[in-house]
Amino acid sequence: MQWLTTVSTWMIPLLILLVLIVGTIKQVPTYETFVEGGKEGIKMAISLLPFLLGMMVAIAIFRASGAMESIVALFSPLLQLVGVPSEIVPLAMVRPISGTAALGMTTEIIGTHGPDSFLGRLASTMQGSTDTTLYIITVYFGAVGIKRMGDALKVGLIADFIGIIASIIVVSIVFGS
Amino acid sequence: MVNLIWVFMAAGGIIFAMFNGTMTDVNEALFQTADDAVMLSISLMSVMIFWLGLMKIAEKAGLLDMLSRLFRPLIKRLFPDIPAEHPAMGYILSNISANLFGLGNAATPMGIKAMEEMKKLQPGSDEASRSMITFLAINTSSVTLIPTTVIAIRMKYESVAPTEIVATTIVATLISTLGAVLVDRFFYTLRERRAK
Repeated sequence: MQWLTTVSTWMIPLLILLVLIVGTIKQVPTYETFVEGGKEGIKMAISLLPFLLGMMVAIAIFRASGAMESIVALFSPLLQLVGVPSEIVPLAMVRPISGTAALGMTTEIIGTHGPDSFLGRLASTMQGSTDTTLYIITVYFGAVGIKRMGDALKVGLIADFIGIIASIIVVSIVFGS
Repeated sequence: MVNLIWVFMAAGGIIFAMFNGTMTDVNEALFQTADDAVMLSISLMSVMIFWLGLMKIAEKAGLLDMLSRLFRPLIKRLFPDIPAEHPAMGYILSNISANLFGLGNAATPMGIKAMEEMKKLQPGSDEASRSMITFLAINTSSVTLIPTTVIAIRMKYESVAPTEIVATTIVATLISTLGAVLVDRFFYTLRERRAK
């Protein structure tokens, strides 16, 4: 598995090298084009700020008040019934809402139970196989001014749920509980 | 929908805090997070300037076209309402490829560009199109081959085999992405039926 780590480290620099070499061969004014594209990046980040701030503050209020914890506590007996360890419930609930919070929880679980424990492996797999739906919707739709999002949230959340269930089943089969 | 969720979390949290006696925590979290959001936007800016600059070169050099030609058959089936030659295809593909290699940071600007291009297909409308919803579904189910961040955390906590979760992650990702595509198709059919 060492090659995987090597691939991840080499990936980005090699990609940059490829783009720059092909750009030069195709006689693209590379530096000027880079600056031109970069300016769009500034505009994008600034226009994202109100969306991000609004959503993050609401989530923070919800978490800090203890409301999120209570909801988690409400659901955990049900999950324990089907053999899902309750320590994983907060992560599963937070994952679609906040990426940084989920990463924090994954780190905490790995730190407390050890990276090679069942919970550690489960948290790792869950973190890698799902994404922060609310953040992606906020950022992607916010940046281009989509206000009516149709079925996007429903579809995104169901996809997250499938990912969470899949992680539990796959990790149980591969590593055993 | 997003209005309701937003108010539910913020107002719900404040009301809960009244009874839970956590108003001080709420106050603290409120202003701390507002600060964090500004910091996050600024740190996103560096990544966005760099990758959008680089992607502009890739676009002008014809690399995005090459990529979309390679995967066109598959992507065409997933996004039937985007014309095959449209630049949105190239950005969708670069976003998915960036996610595959766990380059979450590089994926975001490309995903936004993809959205922009998809929006050009329906000028003036502020409603999410069919392809936008499909794109989001694929994105939120996170097609990851190499979960770089998780591997880094596992290494930090001295795992015997930090990368042993790569295989389980790939399988779980495949299942959730497949599920996302099916759920997306299902809701699309529902919408179509309702429209008739």
